[in-house]
Amino acid sequence: MNLTLKIWRQKDAKAAGAIETYQVSEISEHMSFLEMMDVLNERLITEGKDPVAFDHDCREGICGMCSMYINGEPHGPDRGVTTCQLHMRKFKDGDTIHIEPWRAQAFPIIKDLVVDRTAFDRIIQAGGYVSVNTSGNSQDANAIPIPKEDADNAFDAATCIGCGACVAACKNSSAMLFVSAKVSQLALLPQGQVERKDRVLNMVDQMDAEGFGNCSNTGACEIECPKGISLENIARMNREFISASISKG
Amino acid sequence: MSSQNKALGSSIARKFAMALSGLFLLIFLLQHLIINFTSVISADMFNAASHFMGTNALVQFALQPVLAFGVFFHLIMGMVLEMKNRSSRPIKYAYSKPEESSTWMSRNMIITGIMVMLFLGLHFYDFWLPELKTKFIDGVWNIDNRYFHELQEKFMDPVRVGIYVLAFIFLALHLMHGFQSAFQSVGFRHNKYTPIIKKVSTIYAIVVPAGFIFIAMFHFLAH
Ligand code: SF4
Ligand code: FES
Repeated sequence: MNLTLKIWRQKDAKAAGAIETYQVSEISEHMSFLEMMDVLNERLITEGKDPVAFDHDCREGICGMCSMYINGEPHGPDRGVTTCQLHMRKFKDGDTIHIEPWRAQAFPIIKDLVVDRTAFDRIIQAGGYVSVNTSGNSQDANAIPIPKEDADNAFDAATCIGCGACVAACKNSSAMLFVSAKVSQLALLPQGQVERKDRVLNMVDQMDAEGFGNCSNTGACEIECPKGISLENIARMNREFISASISKG
Repeated sequence: MSSQNKALGSSIARKFAMALSGLFLLIFLLQHLIINFTSVISADMFNAASHFMGTNALVQFALQPVLAFGVFFHLIMGMVLEMKNRSSRPIKYAYSKPEESSTWMSRNMIITGIMVMLFLGLHFYDFWLPELKTKFIDGVWNIDNRYFHELQEKFMDPVRVGIYVLAFIFLALHLMHGFQSAFQSVGFRHNKYTPIIKKVSTIYAIVVPAGFIFIAMFHFLAH
């Protein structure tokens, strides 16, 4: 198929960017979206032009690196997939495809479609961990009984790959879905109890300090999240935060 | 280091406060509708209810200030949050399809909210200011049959009735998202109860504003 691509190009963090138009031809419907981008980039390189910079790593939906705002939605029009898992069969011959980077104050653009998501790393560093005794006599995690429902919910929350599509989708650029997934994952498990209160307070604090917006429950994050992280996690984080704030003063 | 030590410093505390003030206003609104509805049944009943609300010390000096604060707080906090949210995305998307993942009502709370607040300005001008004047400037506290008459007079004007109808449509849109959203904000989410809350929310958001519209139209047409 032949396609028209309208892509955000921006030389570096400081440069003013603009949308540029490219034509690509003979794109197979079996290609992934990133393979289509590779076709474009190979051509740009042979023409001696600067290829379009975009993030990617695993190309199988597990690393969370790919991050394109495609036709007005993070990770494109398909549900439950990352950009690397999006197939070209979702598009038709002759389509125009709009491709932009995640847009948020807290995710500054590095180049073209690549944004700096280290704000997420700093939120994790603020509390997204458990302290484990590493002196050689630590207990086997499997020896601690955990109710099935809690284990399932913790696992579901843990499937968040930190891609940032929730922030990109949210009209407020709120990071609540991501942070709530990380808070929930540990709050539900016995190993997470020791730092439970400090964790939620510190992670929310860091989230606010990074300049993400306020959640207004539009639910766009849940719909656009490639891993189906539920709003249930945000409600849990709200509870965790309020009770920790009260008991910790 | 942490902002949670400052009152309403954190995003979640603000969200929580927004939800609580909203839930409080929802209760007030229902109470207001019930009292207004008596005007459709009988003028005497409406006068009696209004006189009670207008002269009862608990209502006047405890509930009314709380209500005024609630309205003011909800408005100001709504604006503060909106400004913060706008600044969180300084460069907008050139091409965006928000309707794919969220409702118009949820994305436009500030617009529907401001419309309702503008209407409240008119409402205060129509009913509250005359009420204050009667009570505190003219010193008249004991005439208990004037309310129904005042109400009828206001709803004779088709323009005013039109504005009322429009304002309540905005209120309905605001409540469709606001009611159920408040529960999520305070952390109440449950597989069994959340779908029920959503249904009740939609019913409330339609029935309560429709009730106010009905009352305005009733008095307009009764003339
Ligand atoms: S919650 Fe979903 S959208 Fe947000 S970072 Fe995690 S996987 Fe990505
Ligand atoms: S490249 Fe790893 S999730 Fe897409």
